[in-house]
Amino acid sequence: MKKLLLLIFISSLFTSVQARESISIVGSSTVFPYSTIGAERFSEAGNKAPTVEPTGTGGGMKLFCGGIGENYPDITNASRPMKAKEAKLCLENGVTDVIEVILGNDGLTFSNSVNAERLSLKKEHIFLAMAAEVPVDGAIVKNPFSKWSEIDSSYPSYEIEVLVAPPTSGTRDAFDGLVMEEGCKRSGYIEIKGDDEGCTAYREDGRTIEMGENDTLIVQKLAEDPERFGYFGYSFLSANQDKIQGSIIDGVEPTMETIQSYEYPNARPLFFYIKKSHIGVIPGIKEYASLMISEEAIGEDGYLTEYGLAPMTEGLTDITIDSVENLVAMDLEKCANKDHPLKNEQGFGSACK
Amino acid sequence: MTNLAKRKKAELRFRFYGIFSVFLSLLFVAILIFNICSSGIGGFYKTIFLTSIHFDQKLLNLEDNASEEQIRNASFRKLIKNSFDESFKDYSKDEIKQIKKLFYRKIDIELKNFLINNPEFLNKTTKVELTASTHIDQIHKGNFDRTVQEKHRKVNNFQLEIYDKFVEDQKVKKVWNSTYFTSGDSRDPEAAGVASSVKGSVFTILICFLLSFPIAIFASIYLQEFAKAGKITDLIEININNLAAVPSIIFGLLGLGILLNFFGLPRSTALVGGIVLSFMTLPTIIVACRSSLRAVPPSIREAALALGATKNQVVFHHVLPLAMPGTLTGTIIGLARAIGETAPLLMIGMVAFIMDIPSNPLEPAVGMPAQIYLWSESSERGFIEKTSSAIILLLMFLIVVNFVSVYFRKKYEKKW
Repeated sequence: MKKLLLLIFISSLFTSVQARESISIVGSSTVFPYSTIGAERFSEAGNKAPTVEPTGTGGGMKLFCGGIGENYPDITNASRPMKAKEAKLCLENGVTDVIEVILGNDGLTFSNSVNAERLSLKKEHIFLAMAAEVPVDGAIVKNPFSKWSEIDSSYPSYEIEVLVAPPTSGTRDAFDGLVMEEGCKRSGYIEIKGDDEGCTAYREDGRTIEMGENDTLIVQKLAEDPERFGYFGYSFLSANQDKIQGSIIDGVEPTMETIQSYEYPNARPLFFYIKKSHIGVIPGIKEYASLMISEEAIGEDGYLTEYGLAPMTEGLTDITIDSVENLVAMDLEKCANKDHPLKNEQGFGSACK
Repeated sequence: MTNLAKRKKAELRFRFYGIFSVFLSLLFVAILIFNICSSGIGGFYKTIFLTSIHFDQKLLNLEDNASEEQIRNASFRKLIKNSFDESFKDYSKDEIKQIKKLFYRKIDIELKNFLINNPEFLNKTTKVELTASTHIDQIHKGNFDRTVQEKHRKVNNFQLEIYDKFVEDQKVKKVWNSTYFTSGDSRDPEAAGVASSVKGSVFTILICFLLSFPIAIFASIYLQEFAKAGKITDLIEININNLAAVPSIIFGLLGLGILLNFFGLPRSTALVGGIVLSFMTLPTIIVACRSSLRAVPPSIREAALALGATKNQVVFHHVLPLAMPGTLTGTIIGLARAIGETAPLLMIGMVAFIMDIPSNPLEPAVGMPAQIYLWSESSERGFIEKTSSAIILLLMFLIVVNFVSVYFRKKYEKKW
């Protein structure tokens, strides 16, 4: 019996594997919860449940652009737009037709415990609190600040302690781009140093603490010590409002509305990318995409909105729906040359870096 | 004399250190178990509302004695809407909408399943257990502080008021959560279960066992009984020992590079997971099997040879059966370690959201530890206790496995 099983097993290794019937989705762990909610509704509607794998944005792109065929994923989620070198990889492996879909907006919150004072922070001050080297009196020095009150007297005298995401995380990429680089510019660091190198280097004296990709753990740690801060996506703030509060950044509070209108300065779009040549081969891809951007999902009372995804503006929604319905592929050639075709009123056309 | 006193003191000190060390390690285990149990036991229970429902056949659009098929195709939304409107006549439309949110969003499916199992209630009124929403569940279990400001809560004051009324009328109950054991993963903490991950783990371990056990036995018998001692055998032995110490993530990378990219096996399947884990358990089993073979006294081999047995007969009729208990113990320990592994699974896509329960090793699957990891990452409060519950299950399984291996060793062990 055992021999027979072994034989079957070994022969199964060499015979070709049966055709995949379920959609395979990889990518960002920020988009993962939304993607899984969508997947669940999709399967409730009588379809085969998709497989959703949280690989991180970069890891997802690598798998997605690996090639065409059943062994490669059909959809990849991303918490930032595709990069030029990822577009190049796609082109090299024959993945020429890719549909870019904007799912909605997320706000990166800078949060602390509800038992502490709610701060109204400026980006340059966050940079001064977290960077390894900062400008003080016209010179670049090793970060001397140990309390928030030393940076600006209007802040309470909390010890500086920020829980940060690991370098592999898309959230960290986004935070560095939105807060650190911007704060760096404003603080005058670049003028003194001459270039922006070191803008995104965190201090290593124990005041920034790397926590791994576990936002639940960060929330727990924030609740334990009211002087600590941490950053993560809006959905975590919205699910844990009894424990943590989002700081006001540059005068704007993170709410669904301010993120949607991009008044909140740390708003960012979330994406997913579809492999066009898989549509029709793997059943249900287009239907899944339509479901994700339907009124039921990302409308005013949609189930993704309820979970913490801020909807897009109407104009953008129309563009997105159009690109899914008519299967409009993005121009990967242009993207590979750092010239992204997607431009809109909110100005995140600076993609394909 | 002073020397003796000193030596005796040293011994006393050593005893104290020993007792202290034992105490400390027991304390750590106790803290771990207490911590997980206190947060995880709740996950095996769910909160329900005992609700009186009239299964009106007109609202369901069903005939008398409707078949199971017909009930399955019926829509229960109208019935639910009607029941709510009737039970809460004094409330506005908006308030009823809020009351509905106290319940799990898929109560229509629950009602459907109830009627399929109890078709005699068609056109009758009966009390049905309807699952509460995860927010109410967490409040009922005391995991969520209801005294915080309203805007920081997922449940507003009006909803709390209604909930309190339900509690007063003894309509709220905590019951055993059987769906936790029968359903796959879900985004809703109310519906999430371990079935798909348990089955995924079972498939993975089965494949791991079927591959690694025979290979390991053949390899160790050859190395121990047939191979000539020499430089090459030594080299192989050293490398097997080294292999046993390789970090598991490396095997995951190996699986990704060879099985997925070269052989083109499907991602996220128990088949690939099992093969990768067998790379990992193989050296452990070989080491255990070889040492048990070595422990079989030479007199047994010599006696068999003297009676005219061939070398093959000696090994398979006499030596191997005697070495089996030790080998099995090593195998069980190796497999127990493999069950708890997540790192290699990460590389081959077995850490994923999978709702369907896999029916064969070629379908997408997750393992138990991967499921625990995924739940621990979820933002919904309800998943915290689900995570701990899954850990309890995994720990219980490992404890059972260890007992079995001890039992086997004690039962079949031979003293020479």
